[in-house]
Amino acid sequence: MKEVKISINNQEVVVPQGTTILEAARKIGINIPTLCYHPDQAIKANCRVCVVEVKGSRKLAASCSTPVWDGMEVVTTSKKVLDAQKGVIELLIASHNQDCLNCQRNGTCELQNLAERFNITKTDMDLDILDIPIDDTNPAIVRDPSKCVKCNRCVEACRNTQGVDILTYSHRSDEYIISTPYNLPLNSTLCTYCGQCSAVCPVGAIVERDDTDKVFDVIADEKKHVIVQVAPAIRVSIGDAFGLSEGEIVTGQMVNALKQLGFDKVFDTNFTADLTIIEEGNELIHRLKNGGTLPMITSCSPGWINYIEGKYDHLLDHLSTCKSPQQMFGALSKSYYAEKTGIDPKNIVTVSVMPCTAKKYEAQRPEFNTEGVRDVDIVLTTRELAKMIKMSGLDFKALPETEFDSPFGIGTGAAVIFGATGGVMEAALRTVYEVVVGKEMPSLDFEPARGLKGIKEAEVDLNGTKIKVAVAHSLSNAKKVMDMIDKGECPYTFIEVMACPGGCIGGGGQPITTTLAAKAKRIESTYKIDKEKLPYRKSHENPAINHLYDEYLKEPLGHKSHELLHTHYHPRNKKVADIKLK
Amino acid sequence: MSKTVSLITENYNKYNPDSIDEYINIGGFTGLKNALNMSSDEVINIAKASKVMGRGGAAYPLGRKWEQARSVPGDNKVVICNADEGEPCTFKDRSMLENDPFRLIEGMAIAGYTVGAQNGYLYIREEYRHLQPKMKNAIKQAKEKGYLGNNILGTDFNYDIHVYSGAGAYVCGEGSALIESIEGKSGRPRIKPPFIKQCGLNQLPTCVNNVETLAIGTALLTHGAEKYLSYGTAECPGTKVISIAGNVNKPGVYEIPFGLTLREIIYDIAGGVPGNKKITLFQLGGASGKIGPPSLLDTPYAYDDLHKVGLVIGSGAILVIDENMSVLEFLKSIQEFFCHESCGKCTPCREGNKQIAHILDRLLAGTQKDTDISTLIRLAKLMSQASFCGLGETAQSALLNAIRYFPEEFGLQ
Amino acid sequence: MGSIATPEFEVLNSELTSKIDKILSENEYDASKLVGILLDIQDIVPKKYIPMDVAAYVASELNIPLTGVYDVITFYSSLSDKPRAENIINLCKSIVCRTNNYMDLQKSLEKILGIKVGESTADGKFALQYSACFGACDVAPAIKINQDVYGNLTEEKLEEIIKRYR
Repeated sequence: MKEVKISINNQEVVVPQGTTILEAARKIGINIPTLCYHPDQAIKANCRVCVVEVKGSRKLAASCSTPVWDGMEVVTTSKKVLDAQKGVIELLIASHNQDCLNCQRNGTCELQNLAERFNITKTDMDLDILDIPIDDTNPAIVRDPSKCVKCNRCVEACRNTQGVDILTYSHRSDEYIISTPYNLPLNSTLCTYCGQCSAVCPVGAIVERDDTDKVFDVIADEKKHVIVQVAPAIRVSIGDAFGLSEGEIVTGQMVNALKQLGFDKVFDTNFTADLTIIEEGNELIHRLKNGGTLPMITSCSPGWINYIEGKYDHLLDHLSTCKSPQQMFGALSKSYYAEKTGIDPKNIVTVSVMPCTAKKYEAQRPEFNTEGVRDVDIVLTTRELAKMIKMSGLDFKALPETEFDSPFGIGTGAAVIFGATGGVMEAALRTVYEVVVGKEMPSLDFEPARGLKGIKEAEVDLNGTKIKVAVAHSLSNAKKVMDMIDKGECPYTFIEVMACPGGCIGGGGQPITTTLAAKAKRIESTYKIDKEKLPYRKSHENPAINHLYDEYLKEPLGHKSHELLHTHYHPRNKKVADIKLK
Repeated sequence: MSKTVSLITENYNKYNPDSIDEYINIGGFTGLKNALNMSSDEVINIAKASKVMGRGGAAYPLGRKWEQARSVPGDNKVVICNADEGEPCTFKDRSMLENDPFRLIEGMAIAGYTVGAQNGYLYIREEYRHLQPKMKNAIKQAKEKGYLGNNILGTDFNYDIHVYSGAGAYVCGEGSALIESIEGKSGRPRIKPPFIKQCGLNQLPTCVNNVETLAIGTALLTHGAEKYLSYGTAECPGTKVISIAGNVNKPGVYEIPFGLTLREIIYDIAGGVPGNKKITLFQLGGASGKIGPPSLLDTPYAYDDLHKVGLVIGSGAILVIDENMSVLEFLKSIQEFFCHESCGKCTPCREGNKQIAHILDRLLAGTQKDTDISTLIRLAKLMSQASFCGLGETAQSALLNAIRYFPEEFGLQ
Repeated sequence: MGSIATPEFEVLNSELTSKIDKILSENEYDASKLVGILLDIQDIVPKKYIPMDVAAYVASELNIPLTGVYDVITFYSSLSDKPRAENIINLCKSIVCRTNNYMDLQKSLEKILGIKVGESTADGKFALQYSACFGACDVAPAIKINQDVYGNLTEEKLEEIIKRYR
C-alpha cells in the first residue's frame, strides 16, 4: 500500500494512504480528543470535538474523518484548535443534564473526562436541556434523553452492529434526538435488550437498570439464603473495570470478592453450562435420529431469543428447547439445591452476575418460575458487580484467590468457552462427537468455531454422517443465517447464535471500555482457562453433572429435565410498530 | 431606459410554458441540437469561455465543474438540478420553473450530454410542489418529441429526467443532503470524502447544478458564449437573475447585467424604498449571505467588487431592510431561521445556533450578561470553522458582518 | 417501573390502505421516492399527518426500516407525525415577511380562526403554523394554505380566502 508523509505539529510521520489524521496522530503519541468516534464503529464525524488545523484549509478539519495526503501539515496544539475543541465541549455540556454526582456513569463518563481534560471550570453558555422523560419501562435498560450527547454510537450499534434498528436519530436542530419510532418506550418495540447501546454510550444516557441495591438488601436480610452464580465471561472481563490488563483471568479474586460481599454461596454458571451441553447435545442427536426440526439453533443468548421471537417467530421450532445456563441454574437452585440443603425455596435468593443486560429481562420472563418462586431473582451485569466491589472498599487486584463452592462450583473447559463466540458449538461438538462416534474428537481445539469472523462454518463427520455447522455472533449476522433458513437455502444442521459481537465476552453488560481489541484478549484468556487451568475439557466428564443425573435428573431429556431445564418460546407481542418486514 | 436585460429570461412571457410546440417555435432546443453536434470538449470549452460561475451560491466555475464531472470515470453518471432554493428572499428559480420549464429541461439534457450522464434528477422544493405537474408535463412532452429518452435527435445519447420532491428542509440545498433526500432519507449532509462528483446519488458520479446555471447552459449553447460575454463588465461579464424583496416598491425577479451598483438595482429597478425610508442594511444571497450598510450601496454587483467589501452574490437574493427594523431585530429573525433549519447532526450548528439565539434575545431585551458579546463572537467563529457542513459554516455570515459594519450595535465602539 | 405513554394512533382502515397502495404503486414501490410518497399519503390522511400505523405499513410495503421512515417524517417540516387539520395554513415568518409585517397577518388569522399559531380549530378544519420562506417574497407577507400561495394580503382578503376552505 502506498505510504504518505505528513507532519503533525512539525513531527513527521509516515502512514499508509487512507489513514485518518486521528490515527496518524495516535501513532506518534498525540491524543486528539474524541467523543462520537468509536474504534469498532463507522466514522460519524458529528461531534466535532476532534477538529484540528490543516494548513491551507479555510475550515478546521474533523480528524476522525479526514484522510491524510502526502505533504499534509497538521496542527493540533494551537490556541485556535484548543479553543475550538473546548468550545464544542462547552456546547455539549450546556445541553447535557449535569446531574453528574447522581449518575451511573460518574467516573466513567467520557464527557466528564473531556471537561476535566479541558479544564472547564465555568461556562458562559446557557444551560438548555431537552425535557424528554426517562424510559425505564423494561427490566434491562434505562434511557435518559436529557443526558444524550447525540453522538450516534448507540444508533450505530443498534442499526449496523446488531441490525435491530430500534434506535434512530430523528427531528432536527435543537429537537434533534435519538429515539425510537414515535418515541415508543422500549418495551413497546422489538428491542432485544442486548445492551450494546449501553456498552458504547459515552455518557449516562443509556445504562443498565441498576439492581445493586436489591442485592445489598437481600444480603442484609438474615432470613434469606443468598446464592450467586457467575457467568463464564465475567472472569476474563471484570478485571478491566479495576485497571487490570485487558482479558486478565481473575476467577479467584472474583470469587473472593463475592464471598466478602456476603453471598452465602458462590457458584459457577459453568456448572449449568455443562448441563446445557448434555441436554442440548442429546437434543441434537435426538433431532437427527428422529427427523426433528433442523437446523437446531442454540438458545442460551437471551438477546438472541428476544430477536427471533420478534422478527422470525415462524422459525421458533428451530430453537433448542434448552433453557439458558442462567435459567437452568435458577431452576435447580429452587428445586434440587433447596431439597439438598433443606432450605425453603422461598427463602433462597438466586443472584446472577452476567455480562448481559438481556439476562435481566430473561430472568423476569413469566415462564421462569417454580410454583410462584422466581428461578433467578436478581441479575447483575459485570459493571454492577464491579461497582459493588468498589463500594465495599475491596482492592480487587490484591484479593487472594478463592475457590467456588460446591456442588455448583465445578465446571469444565467446555463450559468456560461458552463465553466466546463459537464456544457453545465447540463444547457441544466435544460431547456430541464422543456420544455418536464413541471416541474423542481428533482435536478438542475446534479451530473453525474460533475467532471473530461474523459467520463461521465447518463440517463434522459423525460416524459417516457429515453435518455442517455454523456460528453467528451479533444479531446482524444472525439475521443472515435466519434469512438462509427462511429461503430454504440453509446448509447447516446446527447453529450457534450469540446476540453480541464476540459472544458473551462482548456482552452489553461488560465494562464500558470494551472494544474489539479487548474482546480478542478475553477470548484468548477463555481458551487458556479451557486448555491450561481446568482438569476437564468435556461437559460429560464433569463429575458434579454426572452426580446430578444419578441422584436427581436421571437422564438427559428425561421427565425431570423437561420440567426444569427446557422451555418454550412465544412470538413477541406485536404492537403496530412491529409490522413485519416482507 | 430599463436597466434590466433579457438573455437567461429571454423566453419569459414569450410562449405558453405548457406547450413544447410553442417552445420549439421560438427556437427552443436549438441549444441541445448544437450541443449534440459538438463533442463534449467543445461544449465544455464554450462554458469555460463564458466564464459563467455556478448560481447555487458557491460560485464554482461552470466549465470546470462540467470538465471534472466528465473526467470522472464511469458509464453511469447523474446530473441533478437543484431546484431547492431555500434561502429566504430567493425566488428566481421559481420564476424559471413557472415561465420557462423547457429551457431548464434543455439545459439538463445539455449538461447530461456534456458530462456523460444517462439520468437527470430534478429536485424541487416542497414549497414549489404546485409546479411539479408543470415540470412533469414538460418532461413528458419532451420525451414524446424525442428530446429526452433513447437516441435523442437521432444520436446515441440516451437521457431521462426524473422529478423528486423535497418536503421542507433548507439544508437539502446542500448537495449531499439533497442526494440523501433523493435516496428517500432525511436530508442530513454526508461526510466528505468521498465527494459527490465521484460518489453521489446511489454511489454514482454526480454533477449538481443550480436551475439558473442550467438555464444559462441553454443560452450558451443557443447563442454562443459571445452573446453572454457581451453583457456586464470586462472583469465580470454576463448577466444574473436576481430576486429582490423586503422594503422595496417593486419586489420581484429581474435579469441584470453584472456591474450595476446596488443603488441602481434597489432604486432604479426595484423602485426604491416605500415612503423613501432610510435603509438600515441590505443582505445579499439569502439568510446565509452577508449584510452591508447603506454606505456600500454604490458597490457594483459583480463578484470581485463585492468580495472586496466582504460581500457575496450567493443565491442572487437582494434583501432591503429599512429603518423600521434594527440590525439586532434583523439578526434575530435570521437566527430563528437557522434554529429551525439546522439538521441537528453536528454539535456546533445544533447547539451553537441555540446559544446564539439566547444571546440575541438578551441583547434585544437589554438584559445581556457581561460575557455575552465575547461568547457571541466566539460561537459564530466556532460554527464557521468547526461545523459539519456549509449550513453551519455560513449561518453566522450575517452576524460576523454585522460585527464588522455595525460594531456600535454590540457596544464594541 | 415508570410509564411513558404509548401513542395509540390507529387510523389505517381498508379504504385508506387501498388509497395508500395506489400511491405506492404509482411510485413503483420505489423506496427512494419515500419523501414524495409520504407527502402524497399525508394529503389523504384525515388531519394531514403520518400516524404510526401508516408509517409502519409504508415501511413494510417498501421493505425499509420504520426508523428511517420516522426520521424522514420528523426531519422535513412539511411532514408531521402528529395530527393537524384538514387545511394547513402556513404563515411565513421569514425575514422578508417580517419586514413586511407578517405580525398583522398573524393577528388577523388568529382573530378569524379563533386559534393561536400552533393550534388547530375545534372543527378540525384549520391548523395555523409558522413556516420558513416559501419563496413568495415578491408578494410578502404571504401565507400558504395547503399548496396554494396567497400574497399581498389584508384582513378582508384573508376572510374571503379562509371562507373558501370552510
